Amino acid sequence: MDATMTQTDNNAPASSHGIASSLFENPNAKRLRLSDERIALEVENLNLFYGEEQALKNISLRLAANRVTAFIGPSGCGKSTLLRCFNRMNDLVDSCSIEGAIRLEGKDIYDRKVDVAELRRRVGMVFQKPNPFPKTIYENVAYGLRLQGVRNRKVLDEVVERSLRGAALWDEVKDRLNQNAFGLSGGQQQRLVIARAIAIEPDVILLDEPASALDPISTAKIEELIYELKEDYTILIVTHNMQQAARVSDYTAYMYLGEMVEYGDTMTLFTNPSKKATEDYITGRYG
Amino acid sequence: MTIKKWFKSGSPWIWLNAGAIAISMIMVVGLLSLILVRGFSHFWPAPIVETTLTQPDGRQVQLLGELSRSQTLPAQVMREAGVDIPSDIDLVTRHLIKQGNRDVWGRDFVWYPETGMDEWRYPKEAMRLERREWGDFYGYPVRLKEEGRTVAEGEKLWPELQQRVDRANELFDEIRGIERGDIGAVNHRMERVRLEERRLDMDRRAGRIDRASMEEATVELEARRAELADEYAVLQQRLDQLYQDVRRDTLVGRVMDGREVEIPVGQIIRAVQPNDMSVVSKVGLYVAQFWDFLSGYPREANTEGGILPAIFGTVTMVFVMSIIVSPFGVLAAIYLREYARQGPLLRVIRISVYNLAGVPSIVFGVFGLGFFVYFVGGAVDQQFFPAALPSPTFGTPGLLWAALTLALLTLPVVIVATEEGLARIPSTIRHGSLALGATKAETLWKVVVPLATPAMMTGLILAIARAAGEVAPLMLVGVVKLAPTLPIDGHFPFIHLERKIMHLGFHIYDVGFQSPNVEAAQPLVYATAMTLVILIVMLNLTAISIRNRLREKYRSESD
Repeated sequence: MDATMTQTDNNAPASSHGIASSLFENPNAKRLRLSDERIALEVENLNLFYGEEQALKNISLRLAANRVTAFIGPSGCGKSTLLRCFNRMNDLVDSCSIEGAIRLEGKDIYDRKVDVAELRRRVGMVFQKPNPFPKTIYENVAYGLRLQGVRNRKVLDEVVERSLRGAALWDEVKDRLNQNAFGLSGGQQQRLVIARAIAIEPDVILLDEPASALDPISTAKIEELIYELKEDYTILIVTHNMQQAARVSDYTAYMYLGEMVEYGDTMTLFTNPSKKATEDYITGRYG
Repeated sequence: MTIKKWFKSGSPWIWLNAGAIAISMIMVVGLLSLILVRGFSHFWPAPIVETTLTQPDGRQVQLLGELSRSQTLPAQVMREAGVDIPSDIDLVTRHLIKQGNRDVWGRDFVWYPETGMDEWRYPKEAMRLERREWGDFYGYPVRLKEEGRTVAEGEKLWPELQQRVDRANELFDEIRGIERGDIGAVNHRMERVRLEERRLDMDRRAGRIDRASMEEATVELEARRAELADEYAVLQQRLDQLYQDVRRDTLVGRVMDGREVEIPVGQIIRAVQPNDMSVVSKVGLYVAQFWDFLSGYPREANTEGGILPAIFGTVTMVFVMSIIVSPFGVLAAIYLREYARQGPLLRVIRISVYNLAGVPSIVFGVFGLGFFVYFVGGAVDQQFFPAALPSPTFGTPGLLWAALTLALLTLPVVIVATEEGLARIPSTIRHGSLALGATKAETLWKVVVPLATPAMMTGLILAIARAAGEVAPLMLVGVVKLAPTLPIDGHFPFIHLERKIMHLGFHIYDVGFQSPNVEAAQPLVYATAMTLVILIVMLNLTAISIRNRLREKYRSESD
């Protein structure tokens, strides 16, 4: 890892050169084709309204399983809103209404019969700011399992250890599992939250700007973790930071004002975008 | 110019703010120290003063007693009040002497002018007797008699007296044990027999049972009553014996005008010669008297003795109130904040709840009397205690209704505090739980409510502070001047929610303003006020330490 890797300042203008070098660091960066992939999630003609205001406009896309898909775009473009559609967190907003369909493994998650809690067990989410519960590290990770009624101490111990190892946190916290999670640093807390999410073995993990509140070293750790996690999970990540998108993702979607401007494999999108608007944005000419 | 500069510099504001703080502090410290100093000093054994007063007409009066307080007045005022003061004196100092012996003189506190007073002497033999009736006795011990025969005089008298006072006190403890405990239990069971009989009678009239089984049951009840009567007779006999024993000894004392008075030793609670005591034994006496005050029952229309029933009643009532108000307040707040649809109706409800806190407390008392006592209590009596009617069980003011009324009074405090606590929980934590597949209820009970417990405790602390000091509504719904029994005792169901209770706040009012003996009551008012303040502080400290422990447990970044 050299110095450019840790250059993750959100406000830094994204030069095409910087992104190209970021692409080189992405070991998976090669030209991919969606038609070769198994499709985990499918979005069809999705429109989303906050009251009168339309936040997402007729979005359709297919997302590859066991790949990292990044959503980029300027603030307010609707990328976080789209992400929250996948685990129906938008249901919590009173004025929000949705048209269209999102299919997870072929089944519409907005179907009346879908149990939202069950859906959220299959589609985990990590938020921008680390949000551990005011409990011990152990109880944070075990929370999801306890909700499902798991009482067996041995099973819990096993899952907690596996999840913390999976989130690359085990070695740092194994001696203080019974301490309050708030004693951890911001980066550790974010990895704890990831461990909490993978403890219930979801199919999809949604990452909503997971590193934007973290320092460069913690960011690097989270990015490394994302490489490893895609072995087992389908990962969708929203980020402001284009180098990060270039480094970690296989596919990238560029959104602007609620519309999907361009979607394709990361290599192509960053090196040879087909739309002028995309090129302007990734080269920093936007705004 | 310079004044303008001074204003601009902001120092006037600093001075004003500091002044406001200083005034508040002076008031708080002044109030507390007045209560604490007066309250604590009441139990310190005062010396007994002896002096001779020569009145203007030449008559001499011997005085013996404790100096209660002194006052300096213009002589004119005294003359107008009818006191004979020589015309060459402008200012007169007068002393309030507690001369006790209410049975001899009729009044125990008397003002005497300093003019004509001889030098003050502190005779070592002067004694103060704390008595069960008639207040304190001041005088000199003369002789001790047993069954009319003199058994001790002079040197030997004092130790012998102490021994016999101890014996009498032990006998009295036994008497009180029998009267309160054993006879109380017999009466309790006797009352149950009477109620069962009433019930049988009512069942018979309603045709629920036939004549044969009624007669059978009556025979059985009669047998039980006879058995209880036998038990009672045995106890009464034992009591008679004890009273006989207590009356054995008498002490002859000489009061200040030289008369000799005979006092039954059984009447004496404590005999002291304060002028002959070392500091150590005075401290011992102080502690003993303080303890008697805290752990004793009131005597002589509450102007003497202890305040145990009032402490007990206050604490019990606050506990019952907390048990009622916490779940109601917390559940209401959770509904208002988490489930109810935010809109104009909810705003109206919320404003109403908040304004409930501003309703004068006596209004709650009136409501409690009308709704809880007469309506709910009356219905409960009809339904569950028909045998005891027409004498009410729950249809009369009592502990439960007092606690409920205060719970209603403090409900807004708990609701507001809990709502604020819930509002402070960051939404990211809720979302984190929901994103893990928790339902709204699971998120609420596993994450949000535990995090809000410190805020709930804050509400409860405020509620306790308010409830423990409230008097006005309690006078209507359950607090009395003198409760014959404590609300918790050894008879099933152990905590008697229907009983009337005594309360420190009301006790202060009663002793201070309804007492026949103002001078004797005054120090007790301070001592009781001090106890109330200390009690509230202790209740609050307990709650605060629980809250701090919870806070530590759920420490979050934002704190």
